Amino acid sequence: MTAEGFGAPQKGAPKQPDLSVELCGVRLRTPVLAASGCFGFGRDMAGWVDLAALGGVVTKSVSLEPRRGRPTPRMAETPAGMLNAIGLQNPGVEAFCAGDLRFLADAGATVVASLVGRSPEEFGRLAARLDGEPGLALVEVNLSCPNVEHRGEVFATDPAAAAEVVAAVRQATGTPVLAKLTADVTDLVAVARAVVDAGADGLTLINTLLGMAVDTRTRRPRLAAVTGGLSGPAIRPVAVRCVWQVAQALPGVPIVGTGGVVSGENAAEFLLVGATAVAVGTGSFINPRAVVEVADGLERYLAAHGVGSPAELPALFKAER
Amino acid sequence: MSPVRELCEVLERRRVGAYQALTLVAPRIAEHARPGQFIHVLAGEDRSFPLRRPFSIHRVERWGGSGGPPGWSPGGSGGSGGPPGWSPGGSGAGLGAVEIVFDVVGAGTLALSRLRPHDVVDVLGPLGRPFTPPEAPTGCLLVGGGYGTAPLFFLATELRTRRCRVDFVVGAASAGRLLDAMEAKRLGHSLTVTTDDGSAGRRGLVTDQLPDLLARTRAGQVYACGPMPMLAAVSRVAAAAGVPCQVAVEEQMACGTGICFSCVLPLGPEEPTRMARSCLEGPVFDGTAIAWAELGHPELEKAVR
Repeated sequence: MTAEGFGAPQKGAPKQPDLSVELCGVRLRTPVLAASGCFGFGRDMAGWVDLAALGGVVTKSVSLEPRRGRPTPRMAETPAGMLNAIGLQNPGVEAFCAGDLRFLADAGATVVASLVGRSPEEFGRLAARLDGEPGLALVEVNLSCPNVEHRGEVFATDPAAAAEVVAAVRQATGTPVLAKLTADVTDLVAVARAVVDAGADGLTLINTLLGMAVDTRTRRPRLAAVTGGLSGPAIRPVAVRCVWQVAQALPGVPIVGTGGVVSGENAAEFLLVGATAVAVGTGSFINPRAVVEVADGLERYLAAHGVGSPAELPALFKAER
Repeated sequence: MSPVRELCEVLERRRVGAYQALTLVAPRIAEHARPGQFIHVLAGEDRSFPLRRPFSIHRVERWGGSGGPPGWSPGGSGGSGGPPGWSPGGSGAGLGAVEIVFDVVGAGTLALSRLRPHDVVDVLGPLGRPFTPPEAPTGCLLVGGGYGTAPLFFLATELRTRRCRVDFVVGAASAGRLLDAMEAKRLGHSLTVTTDDGSAGRRGLVTDQLPDLLARTRAGQVYACGPMPMLAAVSRVAAAAGVPCQVAVEEQMACGTGICFSCVLPLGPEEPTRMARSCLEGPVFDGTAIAWAELGHPELEKAVR
């Protein structure tokens, strides 16, 4: 009746799968990461999960200077998901390096630092500042946060702008680079190809979808920022479609699938269509142990299907109905 | 102590005036809960993927283990030996329950209002920073608005075990929206009631009564919980009287564990203010620390009940 043992893996399956995977040259303990913006900076979750046992922790996005974020209300519940307009609140890269990054490294976490800036030059300076920081395994370039002042800061809506940012980061760091893209575009494959050509080692698909909700009683937007990012199981089919499209077009490019992953089966869905790993986002808001429990569920799924490794799943996908 | 996740059996659901009270079997949460803390409750159909809902703890029942008689929040002598803070609860081996009070305002509270005994709900807690008790026995004025009065009953019980005089002032839009005024009367040395429409107690706002009550009770501490405009007004009146004031805020919240950054509010007095998460740094704040004017509530500073 208590939390311990809830969702624990059921041992005794014929074959014990090895959950570890390689992402852009980095060995991950499991293919299940905590998604950016849905795990804070990791430190506040240390009481809920063993940070070292996770596939990785993608931090909340960090900018050069501290950002205060948007006014409240910042969140609205929607069918099978939620809207958020946090506005990239973060303490700035210096405080991040001195505090949260050091804490995560000491805790043995595999750290993916998410970077956000207002120009390619800012992204480059951020990447240079973080290059060589102990404990940093990868960087994720947040090209697609919808909660910014100007639509022009959503670099991932334009292949050339996205490539320019990734090239600046690529030049500034020796750490493997993931580019996080949005599905709010006409041709996602064109953006994906542009950032890979510019030096991205892998892709994270997808960010939240731009959405809006109105309180019909007050006749006001439910978010102070009016629009926000939609996340949760509501967007999972869109995310799976994006991973599938890009994996088809760019075989061999590692993809972290994210969007409404709340179970091992959800993770398997992304891996089957070509993702190397998945990231759990909004699921952690409902269940602080979601990242662990999704990995446990994936292990059970693999064992039940006689699959030895998550990396085998894409080849087992049967595309024809 | 770190909060835990417990799958809690519903012990009882009952009406309390215009509100609903829900009692949940939650031994580990009950053992460590302190006044002002909250629990984060998940209820509803799985397929709809609902978010949790935060509720301040109205009462705690701990029994078993130490051999003491059953009862609300047995508490302790308070103070001797251990670190400052609320007295620890039972021995840890026993049973325990927590109670919350809510108003049916949306889908989440509607789902909660349909729970029956022996149903199971998924709960995180105890979460957040509790009220800080006075260092020495002193008069405490407890100010509640509507169902926001809920955590003040738990607080009053604990304050009395610490030999503090407790005076209540509670307000609501109308008599039916007062939360269990008789219980406040039982727990407090005095009870002052205000309603907007004059249907119970004095017509007006709790803050109308505050200057007089502060002077009459010579309270050394104010504790308040209720709507934000009320908390802003109470903080202002207490500060003007030179009496420290702690307020428990109710902010919209997704995770309750510090990772979503939804439940922030601006803290001063330094400029620029800092956006603090009320789930981790609150929900209890020093009334003078909150930059009320920045909150942007349309009715804020128009003091209400």
